[in-house]
Amino acid sequence: MCLALPMKLVERREFDGTAELNGVRRNVSLLLVPEAVLGDHVLVHAGSAITVVDAEEARKTLELIDSALRSEP
Amino acid sequence: MKFLSEYRDPQRVESLVRRIHEVTTRPWTLMEVCGGQTHSIVRYGLDRMLPAQIELVHGPGCPVCVTPLEMLDAAHRIAARPEVIFATFGDMLRVPGSETDLYGVKARGGDVRIVYSPTDAVELARKHPDRQVVFFAVGFETTAPANAMAVKVAHDAGLGNFSLLVSHVLVPPAIEAVCSAPHNRVQGFLAAGHVCTVMGYVEEYPGLATRFGVPIVVTGFEPVDVLHGVLLCVQQLESGRCEVENQYSRMVRPAGNPVAIATLREVFDVVDRAWRGIGVIPGSGFALCAEFAAYDALRRFEVAHRPVAEPAECIAGLVLQGVKKPGECPAFGTRCTPEKPLGAPMVSSEGACAAYHAYRREPAEAGS
Repeated sequence: MCLALPMKLVERREFDGTAELNGVRRNVSLLLVPEAVLGDHVLVHAGSAITVVDAEEARKTLELIDSALRSEP
Repeated sequence: MKFLSEYRDPQRVESLVRRIHEVTTRPWTLMEVCGGQTHSIVRYGLDRMLPAQIELVHGPGCPVCVTPLEMLDAAHRIAARPEVIFATFGDMLRVPGSETDLYGVKARGGDVRIVYSPTDAVELARKHPDRQVVFFAVGFETTAPANAMAVKVAHDAGLGNFSLLVSHVLVPPAIEAVCSAPHNRVQGFLAAGHVCTVMGYVEEYPGLATRFGVPIVVTGFEPVDVLHGVLLCVQQLESGRCEVENQYSRMVRPAGNPVAIATLREVFDVVDRAWRGIGVIPGSGFALCAEFAAYDALRRFEVAHRPVAEPAECIAGLVLQGVKKPGECPAFGTRCTPEKPLGAPMVSSEGACAAYHAYRREPAEAGS
């Protein structure tokens, strides 16, 4: 039930918007993420965006994992 | 699929598995709290890639599984009323109560409808002013804010025909219950990522980590996330640390989502809740606060509390506490299947039994 997916916000209205993943579009409530702007990725759970994806943190996590890979003996 | 496919990359999976093998010198037992993580682990076979010393036990993070039988019975009785449209996530339809399930209620004429969000349920109330629309609010902290918001929206729109049947549960008290159990074997936790997206991890988790001497790593759901969480947790255990760490920083801020938390505080009170198969855990759930009590379906339909006994053969309680694996149940895959379940973990999309069944873990292997 805690399943949630990152979707790209392609339309922004006052309280809701349209988000897209793999060409599938759906209406999502933005009441819990007033800071979300067009083009953001939002984490969508049961029809509500519950956070805006932090792209910088995403990059850092992958870099950390990949640097561990490179430094292996 | 941005922010998804990078975390399913086979090379990253391989390198993380190698790292975990390198750092592991002793046996460790970890619990992944969330049923979504359990499904990821079993689906991708992540547990089979780990060193033999590392055991993953499956946690109680399946809201459908821990919804008490009494609450399911109450749902079935409310859903059977002629004036009611009973709106629910699809997960709940096949969960057995003591007499029937929601499919059974629907088959006998109950108006049961699957919705994808609580907003859909509010829309139903708007479209059918002559009917009572009841939304079954099941779930952890991830799900609760949108449900709280739905109550506020209904309240502001003057929709007196909308109500919630609330059965919300909270993760930190469940971690405390697992750690306090006399038979506990869990030495470290992969905390449920999306629960922490809402609640953050600075409020309650540091106290639990210190008090029980367990590392807690906030972890995501994709294979790379889960393995990264395991690596961080094992590194802590191997070096004798018990801290709260955040593997899932792209989705989780330390203090969570402030708007969601404020909405929860406005609409809900923290209350004691009974967990199916586990029992009452103090301060482990939400109920509507006094201001919104009029939207409480239990109160509106005056459903009496009727205690009922669990099916004797079902070991769901032990599975949910990580004491037993699904394959250790004598009924697994024979007298208990997703089509005819004895307990909720066999039907929920987050249930451990359903994961073992769907991905064909044979009983002998599943129990090992």
